[in-house]
Amino acid sequence: MAILKTEELTYVYSQGTPFEKTAVDHVSLEIEKGEFVGVIGHTGSGKSTLIQHFNGLLKPTSGKIYLDGEDIWADKTKIRQVRFKVGLVFQYPEYQIFEDTVYKDIAFGPKNMKLSENEIDGRVRRTAVSVGLTEDILNKSPFELSGGQKRRVAIAGVMAMEPEVLILDEPTAGLDPKGRDMILSQISHYHKTTGCTVLLVSHSMEDVAKFASKILVMNDSKVFCYDKTAEVFKRTEEISSMGLSVPQIARVFNILKNKGLSFDEEVYTVKYAKELIIRELKKRGKI
Amino acid sequence: MENFAESVNLDFKYDGEDVLVLKDINISFKQGEMTAVLGHNGCGKSTLAKHLNAILLPSGGTVYIDGIDTKDENRIYDIRQRVGMVFQNPDNQIVATIVEEDVAFALENLGVQSDEIRRRVDEALKAVGMYEYRMHAPHQLSGGQKQRVAIAGIIAMRPRCIVLDEPTAMLDPKGRAEVMKTVKELNSKYGITIILITHYMEEAAQCGRIIVMDRGKVLMDNSPKQVFSRVEELKAVGLDVPQVTELVYELNKYGLKLDTHIINENECCDALLKLLS
Ligand SMILES: Nc1ncnc2c1ncn2[C@@H]1O[C@H](COP(=O)(O)OP(=O)(O)OP(=O)(O)O)[C@@H](O)[C@H]1O
Ligand SMILES: Nc1ncnc2c1ncn2[C@@H]1O[C@H](COP(=O)(O)OP(=O)(O)O)[C@@H](O)[C@H]1O
Ligand SMILES: [Mg+2]
Ligand SMILES: [Mg+2]
Repeated sequence: MAILKTEELTYVYSQGTPFEKTAVDHVSLEIEKGEFVGVIGHTGSGKSTLIQHFNGLLKPTSGKIYLDGEDIWADKTKIRQVRFKVGLVFQYPEYQIFEDTVYKDIAFGPKNMKLSENEIDGRVRRTAVSVGLTEDILNKSPFELSGGQKRRVAIAGVMAMEPEVLILDEPTAGLDPKGRDMILSQISHYHKTTGCTVLLVSHSMEDVAKFASKILVMNDSKVFCYDKTAEVFKRTEEISSMGLSVPQIARVFNILKNKGLSFDEEVYTVKYAKELIIRELKKRGKI
Repeated sequence: MENFAESVNLDFKYDGEDVLVLKDINISFKQGEMTAVLGHNGCGKSTLAKHLNAILLPSGGTVYIDGIDTKDENRIYDIRQRVGMVFQNPDNQIVATIVEEDVAFALENLGVQSDEIRRRVDEALKAVGMYEYRMHAPHQLSGGQKQRVAIAGIIAMRPRCIVLDEPTAMLDPKGRAEVMKTVKELNSKYGITIILITHYMEEAAQCGRIIVMDRGKVLMDNSPKQVFSRVEELKAVGLDVPQVTELVYELNKYGLKLDTHIINENECCDALLKLLS
């Protein structure tokens, strides 16, 4: 069954003013439980607006959202529960940071969930480590951290709530490559071990290619497609014309194809490219 | 080429902290150079950047901008006019309530003539692909759109040097490409010195020079080809290489003997074509 479902979901900003903007336009979508979904789309295509509906942060102008089959707005008093089940890491983590120590900041969500002190402490320390924050940083003020460190704090804060659906809005922007890999690997580990559903909004096609099994492509407030990763990256030209791109390695294989060297399968990760080239060299008796 | 900016034995620590965030940094930037600065989170890139227009002053050593010591309080204005900054977070940079006013803001403060302001603002907004949004309120824009407006504001000032602190971190691939194109043009057409802090290795590969920082120190300072051929050292300090360089590295680990200086798509294609045909 779909864990998240939208029916004709529409959201209009500044309705009735000259700046009226339909940011999400009649989106109908079903996301299966346990899926790892990459969400891509040009700046302003409506990604952030769409995902803020999934934990009830925005209320649709029209249309419906179902979590586990239940209309989340059927009973307004239950929205709080939705926020515990669906964890959202904002695009600008600075906005989510307001406590005076990193420790308190990560503990904020679990505290709201009324967990025991012990449980909270365990979760804070575990998630801090898993996003690459060292013990000495826990007592620092979040405002004294570098950009990348702040971002890790925000991600840890949401992961510590151990949500069933984890939504991350461009979580790796501003992270160094190692941090990017580490956090995405942690998210992937969390995904595999808990069977939770993950939505990863990202402008890094390389990251999406590496971790997502399905990709949701937003374009001009609408869903352009929702399909398996390989299927999406096959559509190079359409993807590029939407202000997106395919991973660098996929571009290389496209150029090769144009030069007459083509292969049966779509290549969109370095790991796969390596395997393919070695296989081809063997086939040709070159190694 | 003359040195436009230079740091001599630069040390820095934040007030009330006891660790040095920058340790004995000696680097110089020539007028007209385009340099990328890479390094793990917290290694001191932004701290270094803020020394280049006197937002921060050295705890030890000296920073010179166009020959001016940044500690010289009387010359702060001269320094800031020469070095424009684009920061990580566009929200801290946007001041006006309408996009084009925001881009014009600093020019107005400098007393530039209004028809000249009009011209520069339009040009800057077009350069970042935000011309259509000139009458919008910045708070209505999504993250990437705001970032482009912030860059337009700096471009409109026509400084001699622009320091960009992860200007593309929040942009989509097209926005990223546009910004890189714009920045490269500002460098090649107007000879503006560019210092680009980034976590995107593909962007660094497009610069003339790369500085790699690690825990407050300069670890490497060389051409992209030289820097990216040191794959293991880069990974050890939390960095990476472009995907094409990674592929070559992986294939060489398997026993092939490809050129380790491959850093872009065309070079990689040529090597693979040669290998497979
Ligand atoms: N205002 C501040 N007060 C105290 N310490 C600070 C302050 N700002 C930064 N630091 C510390 O100085 C070090 C360098 O920070 P800086 O922001 O220069 O890093 P960076 O290389 O730009 O990192 P990133 O890639 O995450 O942007 C970090 O250890 C950080 O925690
Ligand atoms: N608070 C807001 N008020 C008015 N318009 C907004 C607001 N936030 C976003 N928008 C507009 O809605 C559209 C979609 O934005 P957003 O969901 O942030 O896109 P994305 O996350 O894909 O970049 C954009 O045109 C943007 O300008
Ligand atoms: Mg967004
Ligand atoms: Mg920084």
